[in-house]
Amino acid sequence: MTRDTIAELVADRSILICCGPGGVGKTTVAAALAVEGARRGRRTVVVTIDPAKRLADALGLGSLTNTPLRIEGDWPGELWALMLDPRSTFDGLVARYAPEPGQAETILDNRFYRNIAGALSGTQEYMAMEKLFELHSDERFDLVVVDTPPTRNALDFVDAPRRLTRLLDNRLFRLLMLPARTGMRAVSFATQAFLRTIGKVVGSEVVTDAVTFFQAFEGMEDGFRQRAQGVGDLLADSCTAFVLVTSPRRDAARETQFFAEKLDEAGIGVAALVVNRMHPRYAAVGPVGVPAPALAPLYRNLADLALLADGEEVHVTALAERIGAPAVRVPELETDVHDLPGLARVAAHVFADERPS
Amino acid sequence: MFCAQSRVVVVAGKGGVGKTTVTAAMARMAAGLGLSVLIVEVEGKTGLAAAFGAEDLEYDERVLAPGIRARSLTPDVALVEYLEEHGLRRISKRLVKAGLVEVVSTAAPGIKDILILGKVKQLERAGVADLILLDAPAAGHAVSFLMSPRGLRETVRGGPLQGQADEVLSMLTDPSRCRVMLVTLAEETPVNEVVETAFALEDKVGVDLGPVVVNGLYPVLAGLDADPAEAGADAPTLAAAAEYRARRQELQQAQVARLASALPLPQLHLPSLFTVDLAPSDIDTLALALVGAVEGMPSRTEAA
Repeated sequence: MTRDTIAELVADRSILICCGPGGVGKTTVAAALAVEGARRGRRTVVVTIDPAKRLADALGLGSLTNTPLRIEGDWPGELWALMLDPRSTFDGLVARYAPEPGQAETILDNRFYRNIAGALSGTQEYMAMEKLFELHSDERFDLVVVDTPPTRNALDFVDAPRRLTRLLDNRLFRLLMLPARTGMRAVSFATQAFLRTIGKVVGSEVVTDAVTFFQAFEGMEDGFRQRAQGVGDLLADSCTAFVLVTSPRRDAARETQFFAEKLDEAGIGVAALVVNRMHPRYAAVGPVGVPAPALAPLYRNLADLALLADGEEVHVTALAERIGAPAVRVPELETDVHDLPGLARVAAHVFADERPS
Repeated sequence: MFCAQSRVVVVAGKGGVGKTTVTAAMARMAAGLGLSVLIVEVEGKTGLAAAFGAEDLEYDERVLAPGIRARSLTPDVALVEYLEEHGLRRISKRLVKAGLVEVVSTAAPGIKDILILGKVKQLERAGVADLILLDAPAAGHAVSFLMSPRGLRETVRGGPLQGQADEVLSMLTDPSRCRVMLVTLAEETPVNEVVETAFALEDKVGVDLGPVVVNGLYPVLAGLDADPAEAGADAPTLAAAAEYRARRQELQQAQVARLASALPLPQLHLPSLFTVDLAPSDIDTLALALVGAVEGMPSRTEAA
């Protein structure tokens, strides 16, 4: 089977998910892929999750919001960008599935809900996938590029939509929902004692908040469950491609390896591997005999840089082999990318094979 | 002495800056000075044990090198211990199995962090080592990790957990017991982020910041401007490589200066070893570099 090149992915797929460890330039690569999409005539939208507002920087914008903003540029397609706001995305979901407006309000005001929306681990990932689903269904766009939060575990976001439904299936939660279903009086003495015990440890207000939340949530689980299923199907669909972004540094390579294994376990293949921040390789013959003293520091420097480049190459080769995708190498740039010309330079490296040099 | 100013040192920094490497080098340095060191890892799979040529860490303490022990801590195990200590021994395992951590941490975010920090506080109080090095979660998470006691005091009013949060907070805000050492690289984004983190930690947590470790600096090589003509065929390559190195050194120095002006903390500089895989001998080299950097550091009163 021949593999799609990264340019073909940008041209043909409808969803590109950039994942990988933190600090490797994932946001920049996602933006560069989106610019390339627009350059190829596609109506592209890129969504970032990075709280450091880096994508806005890279696109030369002061700020981005939770709704797509169009970026003008010299391309036949369109480029839109937005910054994920997990909280308001979640609020939107609640409003969508609440059978009546009053119920949505009760939930949105509940402290337990606010904790879920703001801090439940995986919520950010979950909302990223939710946003992805929403944008994919939006007629205005034909390519969605997603930048993912830095996580150690790739499954955090693949699995994210199912996390909430798992939480709802949790035995303890079912206990907490009992009062909602049957009224406190019908709750067995054992359950009440159990709730009191939890209350003793975490404070009784926490338990009260949770019970109130689940009372309000009653009847909405099915909507959430179906949506989670839909998002899961979309991730597994052939229109979606995962682009693994990494750097050749030891920690990043180790994490990426782990990442790839987790994706593999979930039955998701990596379509492309982008290795960012490669150090240059300098090939020299080497001195004949002992070099003149003045040349010693120059050869010493060459040896230092060769050690670095060789070590990186070992990691990149092993990663490419493990993942089964060729590595797209991007050299370390002198400065961070702040604007569209900077993104164009990154894109020139990512798509070097497809462009006349 | 630098290593003994507080029993707990939290090492924090963005992913990929070499936080774990610095933790290992700190441990080596302290052990070299005759201190007993305990490294506590909270994220798992950081490669800390590998830097000492050992297998991945577990909950049970393990000796990594003379004077250096290490263990990992997870919220689940910390919660079981916590429940057992609060008279819930009989049901603790069952509660954890039933997913109590997930439920409770949804109800009161930060609870996982509090459980871990509570355990660290317990180790500190018990005096299990002269120096406890806590390899903190990466960057942004470090702030929420260390802010957890403050956050929790607002969510959970009353009860034993609040007491736990109070005790953790008093450890975090007592410079004689605990300090945070931030690690960064001399690059644009890492510098920006370390400055943000430093201010957030001081303002929101009230924690005492130790020196900032700037990792991966190109060692300054004299004579890079030599004329390579004599090298014959290699001349253009040597010239290009030298130019690259000089330019990188210059960019790094600019970032170091920017960091110094944005963050009034002493800096400890660690060299790049040009290796991508750190061997135990590399940790020794970095520990030595750290000793040198500490000796060159202004005294504490000056720094303040």
